[in-house]
This record gives sequence, C-alpha cells and structure tokens, in this order.
Amino acid sequence: MPPPNKTYPDFASAVADIPDGATIMIGGFGAGTPHNLIKALYEQGAKDLTLILNAAGTGRDPGPGPAHVTPSTLIEARRVRKAIMAFTASTHPSRTTPVEELQEAGEMEAELVPQGTLAERIRAGGAGIPAFYTPTAVGTELAEGKEHRVFNGRTYLLYEALTADYAFVRAWHADEFGNLVFRRAERNFNPLMAMAARCTIVETEEILPIGALDPDHIHTPGIYVSRIVQIPPDGIFHITRGPAGGAAQQGR
Amino acid sequence: MATQEKTRLTRDLMAARIAAEFQDGWIVNLGVGMPTLCSDFLPADRFIVLHSENGLIGYGRNATVEEATPYVVNAGTFPVLLQPFASIVHHADAFAVIRSGRLDVGVLGAYEVGANGDLANWKTSREKKGGGIGGAMDIAACAQRIYVLMEHTTRDGKPRLLERCNLPITAAGVVKLVMTDLGLFEPNGEGFTARELAPGFTLEEVQALTGAPLRPAPDMREVQIR
Repeated sequence: MPPPNKTYPDFASAVADIPDGATIMIGGFGAGTPHNLIKALYEQGAKDLTLILNAAGTGRDPGPGPAHVTPSTLIEARRVRKAIMAFTASTHPSRTTPVEELQEAGEMEAELVPQGTLAERIRAGGAGIPAFYTPTAVGTELAEGKEHRVFNGRTYLLYEALTADYAFVRAWHADEFGNLVFRRAERNFNPLMAMAARCTIVETEEILPIGALDPDHIHTPGIYVSRIVQIPPDGIFHITRGPAGGAAQQGR
Repeated sequence: MATQEKTRLTRDLMAARIAAEFQDGWIVNLGVGMPTLCSDFLPADRFIVLHSENGLIGYGRNATVEEATPYVVNAGTFPVLLQPFASIVHHADAFAVIRSGRLDVGVLGAYEVGANGDLANWKTSREKKGGGIGGAMDIAACAQRIYVLMEHTTRDGKPRLLERCNLPITAAGVVKLVMTDLGLFEPNGEGFTARELAPGFTLEEVQALTGAPLRPAPDMREVQIR
C-alpha cells in the first residue's frame, strides 16, 4: 500500500478545523515564516488562541494587501489569549508592540522566554522529554520562582517542555508524504515545531512526488507532518527587509 | 593629531574597532543592531567563524541589493552572504553551540553596563512587563566573553556606563570590553579602565559622561583600528 498523500488543495481547507482555544506553534525567524497559513488562520476566525513563536512582528501599518498579515495582526484582533515568545517588546526601544500594549492592559497573557530556552523547550516537547536545566537567565528577573539546581558547581534553572495542537511550518520542498527540506536560514524553528505538535501543517514552495527527495537529505521526516499545501503563484513567498534598509536599521 | 576634529566615533568605526579584537580561529556571535555591522569589518588575516541564532555557522559580510536572497539572513533578519565553509543547523542546535560554551565571544548591544560587568539589554524599565530578550540571555550566560557595542550616553545624555546597572540585568558579571562612540573601556569592579579614547576627547571629558570612576590604562591612546 502506498503512503498517504497529505496534499491539501488550499490553505483554507488546511486550517479549517482549528478550534477556538487551540495552541499553535508558528515557525520562522524573519525567513521561514509560514505567512500563508497565518493569513488563512486570520480569515478562518479561530480565537482564544495560544501562540508559541519567536516574535509576532509589529503588526503596525498593515497596508492594503494580505501579505502584511502577521501574528501581531491576530493579536491586535484580540484573537490570542496567550503568547509564549522570545520578544514581547520590539528590539528597538522606541517602538511598542501590540503584545506589550495588551499585556499592560491585562487583556492577554505573554510569557517571555530566552530564545535558546524557547527552542530547547520545543525540541524537548518533540523528543518526549518533560523538562531540562539551562544556565541561561540565572541571576535575572526571569529566574524568580524557578527551580534552581547546581550541577558540577554551576547553577541551572528548570524549564518545562512545550507541545502544541498545531504547528505552522514553512519548508522549501516537500514530497507528498510530508518529508521536508528547508533552505538556508528558513530552517530555524520549523523542524523543531514540526516534531512538537499533534498536527503539523506545512506550506512549501514545491510538492514533489514520493522518491524525489534523497532520504539522506531530508531535514524533517514525513511521519511528523499531517498536511501540506503548495504555495500558489499568487501566494506569499517571502517578506523581506531590503539590504539598503538593512544597513540603516543596523545602524548606518 | 592635536588639530583633529573632535567628533564621536561613527557606528562603522565602532564596529571595525571591536572586530579588530577577534582572534584567529574564534567563533563569534553578533547581536541584533550595531553588532551585526562587524561582519563587514572582519580582520582579513584571521579566520573567523560568524555564528547566528537562526542556525548559520560561517556567514560573512552584509549582502548588496544584487547579492541578497531571502533565504540567507543574520540575527537581525538582514541579508548576508555565506562563506564557502558555511553550514546550517536548526534553532535548537544553534543554541547548543552557544550553551555548550563554544562561542569565543558574543558582541551585544546594551542599555547599561555595570562596573562589575553586569549587562542590561532586554528591558527599558523595571515596571514594564514585556521585553526583548531574543538570544541575548543565552549568549550572555554562556559565551566565553561578552563585548558590548553601544553609545556612551542615552538620547537624554545620561551615562550608560554605571557603577551598577539600574535596569534588570541580562546576565551578571559577563562583560569584558565595551566599545562606545567615546572609546574602548574595560569594567574593573569599581569603575572602568579606559584603553582608548575617541580622537580629541580627554579623560576628564569622557569621565563627565560616565557614571562610574574612569581609570586610564597605562598605555591609554587614541582609538586605533589596528
């Protein structure tokens, strides 16, 4: 019997069953963000969501096109009950984010986690490990109330693993079984989240027949993937910062 | 050089000066903001591996408009080029490099640095609930050493080099070197040792903009790239 074909015809059908109250991991670190799935979720209407992601984007100045829907757009629409992130504030102190504003107003909960701890909590969740110790954040405000333990003379903090109902993942190539290959820096959180969710939904530039990907070169095995959608020609492929603006942003 | 015009150092100069501290064979992480400029100023006669939180191991300078691709970006998500020896891992493995102590240096931006080496760079007030930690706490806690790249004073002219940090800290006692637009400084417990000063500035002038005692290094000089 051949493996199942996990291809969905469009993003709307791939996210249709996501209920209110779902916990969703969203991959991406600038590059590798599943913009089309985020947009489809926004249009689908689910609320009281818990999001687990690196950062939500500013959500400001959404512009006329759907290309500008970010996790912050969901947050501004009061659809998110809680977010677990490495940035709740902007990296630039002069800007504020919707998460900060809603958190200060008591309208949503936000848990701030150091990025390496966030990645490892997701990895642990996908690997069946309930918790782990890390030296990161010892001696800081974040360590208050956390279990401390000394190993070989160094102090560590206990953090629990994270899992989710759904993961939104962006891959470069997939085959019909859901084997995934990521390109360059688009990998980031994506393979970790694919393993940590009960239902992993993938958007990809191209779906290939089974057998087209070399088993040695697959980053995420298809057993972790439930649904795959190929980004259509009018879909969102990349949202980038240009190099010119880059230099300005970086300080020139 | 007595006739030299007295201006604070540019961001490019600050980045180039701190990059000149990178030693041959070092694995270096550059933080979001000014530190990522260092990738344009790596010492040509040394082998440096630039590591990024998003999994790039062995990237290089910032890409031009023609060279940029949406797939290859640094920690600030700006396009960069890969070195021929580059490899790519996922986010958890990128932080395995950090947490296991393999970074020789992390270069980070900061709001404040204490004379005891404390770093504050994730929160702009004690009262605020939110913050921007990103990878900074992991890097600060686990790298072999931390260099800071920041402006010497706030926009209101208040000092950022202090006896003790006022803001919540990112990690305790980790900063080894601070490059500002007024010079190069080392935390020494009670204050800061001035190794180099921006051209035209005297120790007294820089002291007036510093919130902890400044001590001149025995060989204190003008800022020199190398």
